[in-house]
Amino acid sequence: MNKHGQAVSNGTISIRCRFFARFAELLGRDGCELTVPAGATVSDAVQLVRQAVEHGDRLPDTPLTAVNCEHVHADHRLADGDELAFLPPLAGG
Amino acid sequence: MMSAAITRNPIDVATLITQLADPRLGGTVAFLGSVRRGPEDGAVTVIEYSAYEDMVVAELERIVRDARAQWPDAVCAAQHRVGSVPAGEPSIAVVAAAPHRGAAFEACRFVVDEAKRRLPVWKRERFEDGTSQWREG
Repeated sequence: MNKHGQAVSNGTISIRCRFFARFAELLGRDGCELTVPAGATVSDAVQLVRQAVEHGDRLPDTPLTAVNCEHVHADHRLADGDELAFLPPLAGG
Repeated sequence: MMSAAITRNPIDVATLITQLADPRLGGTVAFLGSVRRGPEDGAVTVIEYSAYEDMVVAELERIVRDARAQWPDAVCAAQHRVGSVPAGEPSIAVVAAAPHRGAAFEACRFVVDEAKRRLPVWKRERFEDGTSQWREG
C-alpha cells in the first residue's frame, strides 16, 4: 500500500500529473494519471508524458516541475501517489 | 509570527499591517505590486492570474520562513491575488515589520523577490481590443 492507501503494482508506481496555464492549453487537459517504473525520476516521467499523452510533444523537454507542491529538479525520484506538476515559466507578482 | 495566503478578492493591505502590529516593532514596510498599464505594456485592461493554489500557499509560507531565518526579529505577511485583476489594482502585497527599519526593508524586499522567482502563478493579459496573451515574468 502507498501513503494514500492504494495498492502498489509490482515494479510500477502511479502518479498524478497536473498541467497549468499555457501547458494546459497546449495539451487540452489539466491533468492525467501516469504509471511509471518504480524508481523513475521526474525526467523519466516528463519524457513519458511527451511521448504517451496526446499533444505531449508540445511540452518543453525540461519544464519547471514540482512534486507535492515543492519545486524539484529533473533527477528527483518519484514515489507512488506523488503529484507531479508541470509549470510554465513563472509570472507571479 | 508569519502569514501567507492567496485571495480572489481585492487585497486589503491595512488588514495585513494590522496582523503584524506590535509595539516592539518600530519599522513597518508595505509593498504592493499592481497591474501595470505603462507605455511598454499596451492597452492592458485586466490581468487574469491563475495559480497552482495549494503550492502558492505552501511556497509563500516557505518564503516567509526563509525570511524569518535571515531576519529573526522581523515578521512578514504576504498575500497574492488570483482571478481577474484590473489595471491599477494590486495583485500582491508583502508587509514586513521589525524593531528597526533596516531589517523591515530587507525582509520585505526578500519576500517580494522570492515570490516573483518561486510562486507558481501565471498571468494572461487582456487588452482593450479584446485580444489576450500569456505574459512571462
